[in-house]
Formats: sequence, C-alpha cells, structure tokens
Amino acid sequence: MSTYETYSHDVLVIGSGGAGLRAAIEASAAGVSVGMVCRSLLGKAHTVMAEGGVAASLGNVDDRDNWKVHFADTMRGGQYLNNWRMVELFTKEAPDRVRELEAWGAVFDRTADGRILQRNFGGHKYPRLAHVGDRTGLEMIRTLQDHGIHQGIDIYQEYTIVSLLKDGDRIAGAIAYDREKGLFKIFHSKAVIIATGGMGKIYKISSNSWDCTGGGISIAYHAGAELIDMEFVQFHPTGMVWPPSVRGLLITEGVRGEGGVLRNSNGKRFMFDDIPENYKNQTSNNEEEGWRYTQGDKNAKRPPELLTRDHVARCIRREIKEGRGSPHGGVFLDIAWIKEKISNAPEHIKKKLPSMYHQFKELANVDITKESMEVGPTTHYIMGGIRVDADTQMTTVPGLFAAGECAAGLHGANRLGGNSLSDLLVFGKRAGESAAQYAKANQKGKLSEKQIEELSKEALDPFSREANADKENPFQIQSDLQEMMQDLVGIVRTEKELIEALNRLEELKRRAAKVACGGNRGYNPGWHTAIELKHMLTVAEAIAMSALERKESRGGHFRDDFPDKSEELGSVNLSISKGEKMKLQRIPKQKLRDDLQQIVEENK
Amino acid sequence: MKVTFQIWRSDSNGGQLKDYQTEITEGMVVLDAVHQIQAEHANDLAVRWNCKAGKCGSCSAEINGRPRLMCMTRMDQVPVDKPVTIHPMKAFPIIKDLVTDVSVNYRVKKRIKKFKPRKPDAADGTWRMAQSDIDRVQEFRKCIECFLCQDVCHVLREHDLHEKFAGPRHMVYTAALEMHPLDVEDRTEDLKKQEGIGFCNITKCCTTVCPEKITITDNAIIPLKERVADRFYDPLFRFFRLFTKKN
Repeated sequence: MSTYETYSHDVLVIGSGGAGLRAAIEASAAGVSVGMVCRSLLGKAHTVMAEGGVAASLGNVDDRDNWKVHFADTMRGGQYLNNWRMVELFTKEAPDRVRELEAWGAVFDRTADGRILQRNFGGHKYPRLAHVGDRTGLEMIRTLQDHGIHQGIDIYQEYTIVSLLKDGDRIAGAIAYDREKGLFKIFHSKAVIIATGGMGKIYKISSNSWDCTGGGISIAYHAGAELIDMEFVQFHPTGMVWPPSVRGLLITEGVRGEGGVLRNSNGKRFMFDDIPENYKNQTSNNEEEGWRYTQGDKNAKRPPELLTRDHVARCIRREIKEGRGSPHGGVFLDIAWIKEKISNAPEHIKKKLPSMYHQFKELANVDITKESMEVGPTTHYIMGGIRVDADTQMTTVPGLFAAGECAAGLHGANRLGGNSLSDLLVFGKRAGESAAQYAKANQKGKLSEKQIEELSKEALDPFSREANADKENPFQIQSDLQEMMQDLVGIVRTEKELIEALNRLEELKRRAAKVACGGNRGYNPGWHTAIELKHMLTVAEAIAMSALERKESRGGHFRDDFPDKSEELGSVNLSISKGEKMKLQRIPKQKLRDDLQQIVEENK
Repeated sequence: MKVTFQIWRSDSNGGQLKDYQTEITEGMVVLDAVHQIQAEHANDLAVRWNCKAGKCGSCSAEINGRPRLMCMTRMDQVPVDKPVTIHPMKAFPIIKDLVTDVSVNYRVKKRIKKFKPRKPDAADGTWRMAQSDIDRVQEFRKCIECFLCQDVCHVLREHDLHEKFAGPRHMVYTAALEMHPLDVEDRTEDLKKQEGIGFCNITKCCTTVCPEKITITDNAIIPLKERVADRFYDPLFRFFRLFTKKN
C-alpha cells in the first residue's frame, strides 16, 4: 500500500454541490459505503448561487403542463443536439425529484391552494420553475446537506482531487490533498462519481464561484473519458456590469419572469426587433400581451425577453456594439416600471427578488424598485462536458460516472434556465444508483504505487521552481488565460480568433510548466492555483478546438463567419478525447425515437 | 488610491498583523483587496471564499474589528485614512491566516434531530401549506451559514462554550425545523439540555451582524425559549407530566 493515508469506499463522490450530494445520498441508500469529497466547505458549492428555480412539469400553476411539453421545450432550447434519452428521463423524473425535496424539508413558495408555486422562465412554455424567491439554489443545497449528513456518508471537507487513479482501463480511485495541511491522501474505491460542476472561471467575466475551474472535466479527460459538446458555453444575458469588481455577477432570469423588461439607451424594448423563426408561434409581438403573460394570463404569449438565453445574450451584445448601450457598457433591465401596473410594486419586488434587491443596493448603490439595472452577458454554464450513458451516467471509462454540469448531453446546444437544478437531482440520483450497483458487482481495482508517486511529484513541482529565475506567478497565468478566453473564445467567435486562441494556449501551457509557488503546503492558494492551471488549460483547449470545428451557429455557439445553421453539423456532436494530443471526432446523432419525434411535432 | 491593510498572517509563533499596500479603485470590496494582495504580494495568503456575491457565507472575517463578509463590504464604507485591519474570526481556532476551523458547527448541527414530516396530505404524496404559514421558516432558511453570529456570540467568543451552547446559527436552524408546518419531531428537551438555550441572555449581537438580516433573537431564540419555559417551567404542564410517560 501507499505511504499516504488511504481511505477506502465502495463509491467515491467528487463534488458536493447538488449533483454530488444527491448522488451520495442515493448511493448510500443502496447500502454501499460512500465517501464524498468537497473542495470547499460543505454547503458552499456553486449550487448556492442558483437563483431562479428548478424546472419540473408539476403542473401546479398551469395544468396543461406535463413531461411531454417540457421534453419539447428542452429539445427546442437545445437545438435538437440533446441526447434525447436523457431529456426523456429528465422530464419524466424531475417532478418526483422536486417533491422528494419537500419530503426532506425544503420550503418552496406556495400557490394559493398551498401547493408548490411555479414561475415563468425563458424557453419554458408554461410556468414551470419551483422556487424560493430568488435563492432556490441555497434552499436546494441546504435541504440536501441537512438530509445528507444523516445518511452515513463520510464527508471530506476542503480536499482537492489531483488526479483519478486507474487500474488498466477501469477506475481505481483518486489522489487528493487536504487543504489544511497539504498532505496527499489516497481514495481507493470501486466506483467514482464526478460531480464537480462547471468551468466559468476560465473566463474573465463570469457568474461562477472560484472553484468552477472545470477540474472534474479535466481529470476525467486525463483518465481517458470522452468529452462532448464542449463548444457550447452558455453566456447568461444578464450579469452585472458595474462596478467593475462585481462584473459578471448573476442577475436572475426571474427578474424578466416577474415582468422585467430590457431596454436600450433610446428606451426601446429591442427584444421585439428579432424573434427567431422557431419561436414566432409562442412569442408575443406586443408589450401589453407580454405583461399579461408574466402575470399568469394563460391565453397570452410570452414576451421576447423570455426567449432562450443564447438569443437574448446576442441581442444585448448587438445593442451594445451598435452604440445603444448603457453608460457602463450594458443595456437596461427594468423591473421598477411595474409600478405602473401594480399598486404595491416595491414590496412585491422585494418579496419576489430579495437577493437582487439586496445585491444591487449593497454592491452598486442601485435601488431596483426605483431604477433600472445595467446588465450585460456573463459566462454562466457549459452544456458540454463528460460524455455519459443516458440511463446509468457511466462515462466511457468503466467505473467512472458523472452527473450535473460536468456531464453532458441533456442540454444540447443551449440550456433552458431552471433545467440545471433538476438535472442535478435527476442525474445525481441516477449516478448514485448506478455507481452503487457497479460497486456491488465489481471488486476494487489495484492501486499503482508508481502512478501515485509520479502524480504526487508532479503536484509538488511548483515548490521546487520557487528559486528559478524564469518562474511564473500562478495567478498571473490564470488571469492571462481568463482574459484570452474572454477576448477570443467568447460569445461571438471567428476562425481567425479561435486559431489565435489555440496558439496562445500553447504559449500559456509552456508558461504553466514554469509556474512556481512559495510558502509551505498548508492552505496555500498559490499552490492550489498552480495545480489547477493544468485543468483550466485543458478545458479551455477543448472548448476552443470544438468551437473551431463547428463551422455554424447554433445555441450557445455563435460564429460570426458562419452565422447560419448547417444541416451537416446539426447532425453531429463533437467529441474530444485524449491521445498524443487532444483528439476531436464527429459523432453522428442518434435518430429521435418515433414517439418522441411526434411529441416534438405536436408542440411546435 | 493606495490603501494600507493589516492582515493577520500565521507563523510559527502564532501570527501577527502584517502590512500590505494595494491600489483601490471604484466599487471594490474588501475581498477584492485581499485577492489583489494575494496575487501581487503574497501568493500563499490563505483566505476562504467561494461566490463573492454574499450567497455562500465563506469569507467571514473581522474588518476593523467588526464581523463582516469580506465580499459584501465595500471599500467606500471603510475608513481608509488609517490602516484597515483584517483579522480571522476570533471565536474559532485559526488554521492559517484568515482561515479558521469552523468544524464545530458541522458537529453541532449533526446532533440536532433532523426534519420529520407528518404523513402527506394528498393521495399523490404531497402536502399543502399556506404561504403565510411558511414566511417565518423561509426567513430562517435564508441563513448562508457564514457563522458570523457564532463569532460574535459572547458565550462562544469569550467563554468558548461551543460544546455546551449550540449558538445562534443552530438556534435558527432548530427554529426553522420546529416552526416548519410539516415537522412532527420534538426538540424541546434537547434545546434545554443538549443545545443549552439557557446560555443565551438575549444581547442580540447575533442579530446585529447577520448579513441576511435574520431577526435571530426575536424571531428564533425567544420563541424557542418560550417553548422550553412552557414545557419545563409551567406549573400546569409539570402537573400534567406527572401522568404522562413523556419526559
């Protein structure tokens, strides 16, 4: 056995946000021993920042809603690149997963008859998002946390996974270090679930927490797992733009769901100017009808502010670029105007959007019940990630599973708001179940002493470079990477810039090889960042490479040099895997099952 | 504008405040300044943070002696004519620099009896609750577990009674469970014995520092104290208990 302290579990869950917690709870319920590694403290994962709600066709507010409508909405939103089997499972199971949270203590906002209230959101035909004001993510993670701590799960807080460990083709565990002391620890397990979330922090302007560095996606890739759809990054249309230090901070789509409107510097509601063909049937072309929709009029069509995020983000960018932006380079999002419509508007806004009120008041000195907010696009989510089997969530590496944002397939080319929170629940549960089954059917793999020694040595290298004259500062490289991705692989892309990005990534990799850190190993952010750079660079490269290959515009991926959809590319997903160099392949899309095709047609 | 900060740095002798200077620009919060210092002068400066949006409750510290979230404290609210001091939370052991060991909070929470719902109200396994019946519980559930209330509570801070008194955070947690319309568990005896609710003498410091503006003392602790008093000190109840098995 290794010289490092070794923990043994049937199932190891990496990540403790919504997906990780839900997976750990399920695996533990199946009767296997479960360890869960949290990169931060328990309950602090990026899930806490989710605001608007969790999408599930409960039909509490509009009984015309059901899984089929949710299915059609999700496929349309994803521009039909979604893994349809995942969408089917997801839309069928989401309502049960939400109701289950209530049984575990979650306290969602209520309808007049005492059931779970649901709100409107972009791309969802009916009010579908169960919510708690604008802090739904906090409610969800706290519910899972407070339930999870009583389920016999071993929880390792503030541990960072350095790499997965393999025995031949299959997974054998992981090597980590604990932040407090900086000591290496070995996890020996039969199955591993990756639930590490997204990668927003490889961009300069992002709504994500610091630990959204794509680490889980990268360790899976380096362990041989395939990635797909990496070109599809979601830029949320409404991030804060002022003051600079909070640039990118999220403003929930719930603001628009509650009647908030987007205006340019001429005071015009510019979203009416460009309504995509496939949403024309469902979108209102007058302001009055749009308002009635947000207030629950079942016969009204949705206002164009509630079109999908990819589209709204691009319209905002167009306004800014063509000189109709706000003073600090955004556009105006106005919820205060509803005082023309309802008498107690300020109280209503504070009740429905308490965090938004608080956030603007504290950080920008703006009272959103009186003034407009300035907003602009911010990196929010990655639709792509680790390729998984729809039913079991197993990756292409035996024994390795993935769930949540780091896994891919459900959202296709663009995710609908609210679908991520139910994604965590549905596929977190499925991953936990499957991993437990796998653990019951298989023995532990062997750990390789040599592999562990190499990995730990590599992780410690930055300390040995501290005295080098050409040493690099990890924070500087990280910031250069963020700047580069923002400029060259952002919301609008071109071939020239993507090639430039790939060249710059090579340069950054060369610099990262010289990264150094001082001090000792205990709680050392410099060292942590130095190790993390490899993951950030890997994920950045996968995004840039896939974006270059997809010579069309679809969902979250927009190419200025190929502004239209291509039928050929619309029939494939792009996959990334590790070879000598990073390898890219086209995978033909599976034909949609006939009954599901019919659902899509019926809901057009 | 250059501003001087005095930040607690751990060393082999325990630690001391160390001076750093950094450039402050419009709209910056204290956490931005700490990050800038970390990137420019002290790569190994330990600070805990996640969201930088006041939602995760990780970056609690004492800024010029006041318990605050560093990410929600704007530099233009802090006097900068003299050095700005940043000290880790004093009620918890220091791990390194601004990072403290808050694990006691996780242990305390785990021993509080978990949510136990009544039987579902409807045949489909769901419940009915009126919004007016959950408003108070939702106030408590806004808690982001920053532990600033624990930090400022003199029972924990001055007297270090973490094992005897659960502290304001866990009173709020218990109140959220006890006042949950579906919950049927009884935690009153635990509140008295295990959680030591009697230690709280209602100085309301916790309410003052709560970044979520939860009315901790008035809405959570006092009603729980009343429940304990009703159960254990009400003469009628005591008489009644003579004839029941419970307690």
